[in-house]
Amino acid sequence: MALFLEFVIAGLLCIGLFAILGLVLVLMERKVSAYMQIRLGPNRVGPKGALQTLADTLKLLSKEGLTPRGADRFLFNLAPFVAMIGTMLLLAPIPFAKGFQLWDINIGVLYISAVSSLAVISILLAGWASNNKYSLLGAMRSGAQIVSYELSAGLSIIAIVVLTGSLSISDIIASQADGWWIFKGHLPVWIAFVTFIIAVTAETNRAPFDLAEAESELTAGFHTEYSGMKFALFFLAEYINIFIVCAIGAILFFGGWMPFHIGNWEGFNRIMDYIPSSVWFFGKTFFLIFVIMWFRWTFPRLRIDQLLNLEWKYLLPISMVNVLLITLVAILGWHF
Amino acid sequence: MTLPIFYILAMLSVFCALMVVVARKPVHSVLYLIACFFTIAGHYLMLNAQFLFAVHIIVYAGAIMVLFLFVIMLLNLNLESEPRKSVIARVAAVSTAGLLFLVLLAAVKSAEPVILDTSASGVGLVRHVGLKLYNEYMMPFEVSALLFLTAMVGAVKLGRKEATHS
Repeated sequence: MALFLEFVIAGLLCIGLFAILGLVLVLMERKVSAYMQIRLGPNRVGPKGALQTLADTLKLLSKEGLTPRGADRFLFNLAPFVAMIGTMLLLAPIPFAKGFQLWDINIGVLYISAVSSLAVISILLAGWASNNKYSLLGAMRSGAQIVSYELSAGLSIIAIVVLTGSLSISDIIASQADGWWIFKGHLPVWIAFVTFIIAVTAETNRAPFDLAEAESELTAGFHTEYSGMKFALFFLAEYINIFIVCAIGAILFFGGWMPFHIGNWEGFNRIMDYIPSSVWFFGKTFFLIFVIMWFRWTFPRLRIDQLLNLEWKYLLPISMVNVLLITLVAILGWHF
Repeated sequence: MTLPIFYILAMLSVFCALMVVVARKPVHSVLYLIACFFTIAGHYLMLNAQFLFAVHIIVYAGAIMVLFLFVIMLLNLNLESEPRKSVIARVAAVSTAGLLFLVLLAAVKSAEPVILDTSASGVGLVRHVGLKLYNEYMMPFEVSALLFLTAMVGAVKLGRKEATHS
């Protein structure tokens, strides 16, 4: 009974986190874009427009969810839920604070790359079931993109796994107690971090890699035919995905909830420990989210062939050589 | 606690496997196959083979099945374009498959059941798999790596556009 109650509480917390993150991230995106374009952004609903996304969600909830004629009805309605479930599963191994983790599985990072590869299935489903050429093209592009960028994301995760010698997320964080990998690992970790950020930006279908929904050529890509709450679920899944990949980046390269420690400066480390671990975790994650939003409003969209060239001809060879470099660093003990 | 979960998972995997064959649309078949792979991954998890669970999902559900979906969606197969085999061919196919099933059933029926406590030994954990792979099965592992390299070279050769004849 106690176990069951635990499940219920964990589930409710996950759903609550989803709702809050969705509201916060959409507002943040709009505010960041407004700041970059010297506009005000949403400023009518609530104080400084803080309730704008709530109002938008209410609008989406009350809209009619259409299913186009000729669509595969069951798969069309299933796809948004597959997207949501895929994202929800990813929350399990993420430690939000010290000792605050749902499932400390011993293959944590492998689990994450396994489950995040499912996002492509929901997108392909949505694109195919809509029976619309724009949807299908967008889904195909997105599939090609996610499958290819998964490789370099995986290789940059492996870089940290090689340094730590463990796949478990709690071990990876524990190994950064005397300094985060981004500081301890020299240049190879920097290369891994940059490839990781590029790869996850592409994997979450965000600009400059948002070819799956390039509105100038494909209307809205795979979710062209979706409306109302079904569209909102895709939208929410996309934003939660951004949060999750940034959390993974923060865990791998910036030590997750681990406070900023420098070697054996006792006093300094003690002061840093006073800041709660959840503040560290969310601070790092939101910093990375800001970086990814910054990309979106800075770079122009790539063409599909440029996108695939970037991965297969540049990022993949670089990250392969980088894994060898990291192995060398790990064997010779060059890191701090 | 684990027994009912096992039965539910087993029923689901059998059901999905059957639906792969029975489903009328090819895309549905592929989706049932993905669901089937997930239930099998669940079995791995119940055997405490967490590494195999993750790798199974990455390789089959994540990569191979996505390629299947790609090909099927691009080919746009449907009932009208599906080739109809003659009655003799269908009867022959069903009877051979049935015979194969009988042989398999006989083989499994006479097998000794082995009950292994996987929770204690850590058989499926990464360390164990790695040690086995790099000690006992070093040679096959390297040879299969070479095989993959060959396949990659072949794919690049096929995919490259012919150089224009001057």
